[in-house]
Amino acid sequence: MLHFSDLFQYTDVFLSGLLTTVELTLLTTILGIALGTCCAAIRQYGHTVSQRLVAVYVELIRNTPFIVQLFFIFFGLPAIGLKLTPWQASMIALTINLGAYSTEIIRAGLSSIPKGQIEAAKVLGMNFRQTLTRVIFTPAFEKIYPALTSQCIIVMLGSAVISQISVEDLTYAANLVQSRNFRAFESYLVTALLYLVLAIALRFIFNQIGKRLFAYREVR
Amino acid sequence: MIQFSNYDIISNLLFATQWTILLSLAAFVGGTSVALALTAARLTRNSLVQKCVHLYVELFQGTPLLMQMFLCFFGLSMLGYEISAWSAAILSLTLFTSAFLVEIWRGCIDTLPKGQWEASRCLGLSFLQTLRFIILPQAIRVALAPTVGFSVQVVKGTALASIIGFVELTKVGTMLNNATFEPFKVFALVALIYFALCYPLSLYSKHLEKKFHVSR
Repeated sequence: MLHFSDLFQYTDVFLSGLLTTVELTLLTTILGIALGTCCAAIRQYGHTVSQRLVAVYVELIRNTPFIVQLFFIFFGLPAIGLKLTPWQASMIALTINLGAYSTEIIRAGLSSIPKGQIEAAKVLGMNFRQTLTRVIFTPAFEKIYPALTSQCIIVMLGSAVISQISVEDLTYAANLVQSRNFRAFESYLVTALLYLVLAIALRFIFNQIGKRLFAYREVR
Repeated sequence: MIQFSNYDIISNLLFATQWTILLSLAAFVGGTSVALALTAARLTRNSLVQKCVHLYVELFQGTPLLMQMFLCFFGLSMLGYEISAWSAAILSLTLFTSAFLVEIWRGCIDTLPKGQWEASRCLGLSFLQTLRFIILPQAIRVALAPTVGFSVQVVKGTALASIIGFVELTKVGTMLNNATFEPFKVFALVALIYFALCYPLSLYSKHLEKKFHVSR
């Protein structure tokens, strides 16, 4: 028998967990995309050695599980003298993870910009910064925006793992509640639904932001 | 107190790797079968069935794999169905894998021009014949690269089974860490083994992508 009523007294536990997850997601989305943009620019236009380094970073992260990256950062790095709180460790791990994936995605966008357009911008007398923002990055981002935002949502869902190093996120809240009232199925079901709602809400927000960002396309 | 030499650590990790491989294979086979059935169901053009498949995809893509594992392992046993960590891991990974594969394959089938379905109908081919002789041979070529690419996600997903107590590579890594207090070395080795498993798959997927892109 299911008893969802046993969960009501833990509403604030769930809410504070939800808040931590949202907070971490927002921060890592911003930092991760920034990291990815830098790495993609290096990968596309940089020096050969730095291109190789970025490639190694991307392949290493993309081919190992997030939980191992997290454990390496949280348990492994203190052994060489870099102590991190659980929150900092998960923050760094999530950013590095999203950074690697978004590098690949953004690079695909950058390589879709024809060289002729950059040359045309130069001929038209646009300076470096104008070319970068108006000719290269804006159209590139517009092309890969859906892929990039769904990667952000995947990283948000992947962040459930950080409860394992005792960050008090939504999954941690679920574990806490089920250890108090032994209603494992109900507690995890509610949490799973909360994640689903969060994913749908994020997708909606990203779509709205996308409409604003790329509004210049619409006929005025 | 038992001392662990480097050789002991590596041999233990490699022993655990076979469970990671086995779990990945089981999940991938299970996921492909379920995804095949769902793709077939979706192709029948029955709107109710299509909506159900869509809901399934949305549900399992929109919730964390870890939650699905917890629900399968702790949740089901609370409801009275005893389930081992091994079966819970396979069950949840199968659900997760199939949800993503259905969506990948949908994209592959949708890239084929609609005219091909109509032409087959005009030539008097039945639905199954169209699928067997016209659609599948082309769709499989398109689908192979992203499917192999997704298998990397399955291998990485098996790492979460360590959290529900299934002893595979990551779990043995944490156990060795608790015994040796050398987290840097142990987790670097664990990551390296995962990389050795996944990177060939990534490369193969890239290779397939190029191969089929050229021949099209």
